[in-house]
This record gives sequence, structure tokens and C-alpha cells, in this order.
Amino acid sequence: MPAAVITAENLVKKYQDFAAVDDISFEVQPGEAFGLLGPNGAGKSTTMRMVGAVSTRTSGALNVLGLDPDRYGPEIRAQLGVVPQSDNLDMELRARENLIVYGRYFGLPSRQVAARADELMAFAQLEDKVKAKVDDLSGGMKRRLTIARALINDPRLLLLDEPTTGLDPQARHILWDRLFRLKEQGTTLLLTTHYMDEAEQLCDRLVVIDKGAIMAEGSPASLIRRYSSREVLEVRFGSDRNAAASARLEGIGDRVEVLPDRILLYSDNGEAALVRITELGLRPITSLVRRSSLEDVFLRLTGRSLIE
Amino acid sequence: MTGTLVEASARRDRPLGSLYAGNARSVMSRGWRATRSTNWLVVVSGLFEPVFYLLSMGLGLGALVGTVDGPGGTEISYAAFIAPALLAVAAMNGAIYDSTWNVFFKMRFSKLYDGMLATSLGPLDVALGEISLALLRGALYATGFMLVMQVLGLNLSWWALLAFPAVVLIAFGFASFGMAVTSYMKTFQQMDWINFLLLPMFLFSATFYPLSVYPPVIQTLIQCLPLWHGVELVRSLTTGAVDVGLLWHVLYYLVMIAVGLVFTTRRLRALFLD
Ligand SMILES: Nc1ncnc2c1ncn2[C@@H]1O[C@H](COP(=O)(O)OP(=O)(O)O)[C@@H](O)[C@H]1O
Ligand SMILES: [Mg+2]
Repeated sequence: MPAAVITAENLVKKYQDFAAVDDISFEVQPGEAFGLLGPNGAGKSTTMRMVGAVSTRTSGALNVLGLDPDRYGPEIRAQLGVVPQSDNLDMELRARENLIVYGRYFGLPSRQVAARADELMAFAQLEDKVKAKVDDLSGGMKRRLTIARALINDPRLLLLDEPTTGLDPQARHILWDRLFRLKEQGTTLLLTTHYMDEAEQLCDRLVVIDKGAIMAEGSPASLIRRYSSREVLEVRFGSDRNAAASARLEGIGDRVEVLPDRILLYSDNGEAALVRITELGLRPITSLVRRSSLEDVFLRLTGRSLIE
Repeated sequence: MTGTLVEASARRDRPLGSLYAGNARSVMSRGWRATRSTNWLVVVSGLFEPVFYLLSMGLGLGALVGTVDGPGGTEISYAAFIAPALLAVAAMNGAIYDSTWNVFFKMRFSKLYDGMLATSLGPLDVALGEISLALLRGALYATGFMLVMQVLGLNLSWWALLAFPAVVLIAFGFASFGMAVTSYMKTFQQMDWINFLLLPMFLFSATFYPLSVYPPVIQTLIQCLPLWHGVELVRSLTTGAVDVGLLWHVLYYLVMIAVGLVFTTRRLRALFLD
């Protein structure tokens, strides 16, 4: 088996007394798309910064591309592509210039950078925005440009911190499609997200993290199998009646979760569960049967929703 | 894994370790490209400012003042007395513009350095690159002003040729020190303090009259300030009153450059590579 691209063992990052990352361990293999799924403040960006060799760890061991980031920062960064959580494109430069100048920061020769910039503008579907000012690009375009910029040095590992947060659905789909391409080409991806659909679509394997600690690890499908039922029945009785109704639902399905606006019933057969509810004489205002998702896994592990 | 072994040994060849990748020139060339979107009126106005001072005070006021004692004790025109001081000020101002407000904006708002330091660049590359750009602006203003001095006949000696490297040194000193100070600033109010301190330094550093008008205590105080050293150095060169003592001024600036570089680099590392 080839050596892991990232190995983190008991990794800790403290700010004063507060542990933003609290003893996490994971491994990412070459060619894998690995995700850190967790809510805001879980410690995802802090982990990304340590892997990206721009933040030193408090304790634990970390190995990125065979090197220790605390000692070989420049060597590691030379082989990484980084898409930070908030865009930091160079506003004083035009779109394509952003790629050229960034490539030069890596000490790459001008000619090579220029050729690569043209390829990447095409990859990011920004051919007609070559001379555009960064300010004039839409949010999705800026994100694509940032990804193109991260690829200018032909990185062995691409770090994506919340790649689609804040984008509209259409822009997200375009971006996912680009990231799929990269996956198909065998680029190793480490990405963070608090969208479970994004994690399900893009990640081969992921860790669920909350308050700096790992709650579970596995492929999206295996996590759902392990921590949730096959289907979920969502019923609404109206906000003031949900709690009362839930007391009578015990025993139907594997588990009941009461959220402020609805009740989730975990069961391998959602339709059958719905029939039993009506047999009890309960009349939900709305009902919906769906497949379990990572959202349910997160709820099960932490008792909270991913997006609050 | 042979690739990583090669890189690991390459690191040992780098005397400054992770601080310097030897690629400050990429930071400079970024700056050149970015100037295309800057406001050129602001840049050009900086070129004219010292010329206006020279014309109004040197020629206007100079008509009343007549001649003054130059550095070597020889009588020189008032314009020839203040022109070298304004030359040093031009170098200072050019360097300060870029290394204070522009750096503050890049550091706190545009996140430019976050991006740079996520590449293989080190903090010293960023510091050197940005400081060199600021230095060039200072040198540009100073060169423009030197031409005006030449046209007006205010370069009194061939030594004046050495004023050119001298203003580059002065600009380097202020750029380096300016960026270091700016890197510790957090608010606009703190930034305003820089301007607030620069104005009296400009007025009182033996710019418009000799240091001898002050009582000894004040004289000593002013001799601690960087601009006074710049003014003295340049004035001695353009008037031809050169002696070995000038090397003290050079040394002052070399220290200023070194201190500025060290603190800027440390601060960039603390801020962006925590
Ligand atoms: N530089 C810092 N100083 C102090 N606390 C920080 C710093 N960076 C992050 N934190 C804290 O660490 C926690 C994790 O932050 P972060 O890694 O950004 O979370 P996420 O990316 O998962 O939203 C948060 O509570 C945040 O406030
Ligand atoms: Mg984050």
C-alpha cells in the first residue's frame, strides 16, 4: 500500500486554554476524497490550516506528503493547493493575472505558468473572464477562480475549506461538477463542509467532527448504515403539538427525534410507520418518507442539527 | 519517497530555514502589476509635493533670507540649503506611502499576505518584496526631485551624484521601519498616529534651518530621529562638504533597515503562520 498523504495522530491545537482541535486522528490515502463534516466552530478550518502548514500544532503528530509541517512548511506548501474558507483573491489583479502571479510565488517559470493559466481558466469555465476584475465576478466564479489558482502548481493534495458555502444551488452544482473532474483525475482532496449533501456527493470517506473531536469515521454509506435506519419518516403536527404527539410514537420504528418544527421517526420502512401512526388516530399535518442522510447521522451522534 | 528526501536535504541548504524561499522578486512583480490599478494622480502628486515646497520656500522665502551657512561653513543660497532636505523627505514620503497605509490595507483587509504565505513563499520574501517596492517609490520621487534640483542649479558639487545611492538608502530605511511599525497596528486610529508623528519630524529635522537654533537638549533629541540623519547625509553630498563622519548616518540607516526587516518578518510569521 502506498504511503498515506496525510497522517494525523492525536492532533491538538489550543488557543490559550481553549482546544479548537482536541485530539483527532485520521489518515488520507492517495487519490482519496476525504471530508471533515461538522458544524460551525467544530475545528475544521483549524485542522485545515495545520495540514496546510500555516499553523503549528500544540501537540500530537502530523505528517503531510511525508513531511512534518512544523519543520518543512515551504516544502509542503509547494505541493499543496489551498482553497481557503473565504476567498482571498488579489483584488488589484485581473482574473487570469491572479493565476500567473500566484504561480510565480511558487517560483515556477513564467512560460509554464502562462500555459497552465490558460488551461485552468478553461477548466474553471472562465475563458471569457480572462481580463475581468475580480470584483466583477459572481460568487461562484470567484470560487472557481480560487480553485483554478490552487491548481496552478499542479498540487499533489488539494485542500478545500467549505468550497460551496454561500453559493446558490446552481453555482454549487457547477462547482461540484468541477471537483468531480478532479476526483476522476486522481487528485487527492481534503475538504470540509457543513452540508451533508456535499459530503455525500464528494467524499469517499469522512470524519464527523464536533467541538474539536471526531465522532465517527467511514464512508457516507457505511456511516448511514451504522448510525441510522434505512428510511426516515418526517411528520409535523404543528409546533405546539409535536412534543405531545411524540410521546405516543414511542415503539414505532427504531428511534424518535423531536425537532422544534417536526418529528423524525427512524425506521427501515417509512410507509409502514406512517400507517401505524394513522392507526393510532394521529393526524399529522404533513408527512414525508425519505432515505437517511448524513444529517441524521450527525443528529444521532450529537443530538443537534448540522446547520443551526 | 525519494522526492521528499531531496526536499528535506534542500531545506538544510537554506540558511534562513522556513523564513526565506529566495523569491522576493515574485512579490515585487506582483506589486508592479497591481500598480496598474492604482490611482496615478496620487502617485504623481507625491512627486510634486516637495517641488512646491522648494519653489515657495526656497525661492519665495529664500528671497528674504538670502544666504545661510552650509554644512562646511560656506555661504550657500537658502534654496540650496533646503533642497537636499526636501530630497531626503521625498525619499521618505515615497517609501512611507507604500509601507504604511498600503501595507495596512493588505494586511488587515485584502488578505493578500494570507494568500502569499499559503504558497512556498516565506515571511522574509514577503517583507523584502514589499519593502523593495516601497523603496522604489521613494527612489522614484527622489530621482524626480534631483532632476529639478539640477535644473535649478542646486546641486553644488559632483558629490551630489552620491546623493542617489544615499536616497535609496534612506528610502530603504523608512520602508523597512515603516512596514515593521505598520505590522503591529490594528486600527485606523493607530495608523493616524504615524502621520501625526511624521509631520513634526519633517518640520524640525533641520529641514528649513540649521540645528544650531535649538538648545542642546533639543538638538540631541532631533539627532536621534532618522530624518535628521538623512537630511545631514544628503545635504553634505549635494553641497560637497564630505567627510568620514557621514558614515555614521549610513550606519544609522543600515541598522534601521535590519531592525525593520527582522521585526516585519517576525510579525508576519506570528500573524499568518501561527
Ligand atoms: N486564531 C484563533 N484564536 C482563538 N480562537 C480561535 C482561532 N481560530 C479559531 N478559533 C476558535 O476555534 C474554534 C474552531 O474554529 P474553526 O476551526 O474555524 O471552526 P470551523 O472551521 O469548523 O467552523 C472556534 O470556536 C473558533 O472560535
Ligand atoms: Mg471554518
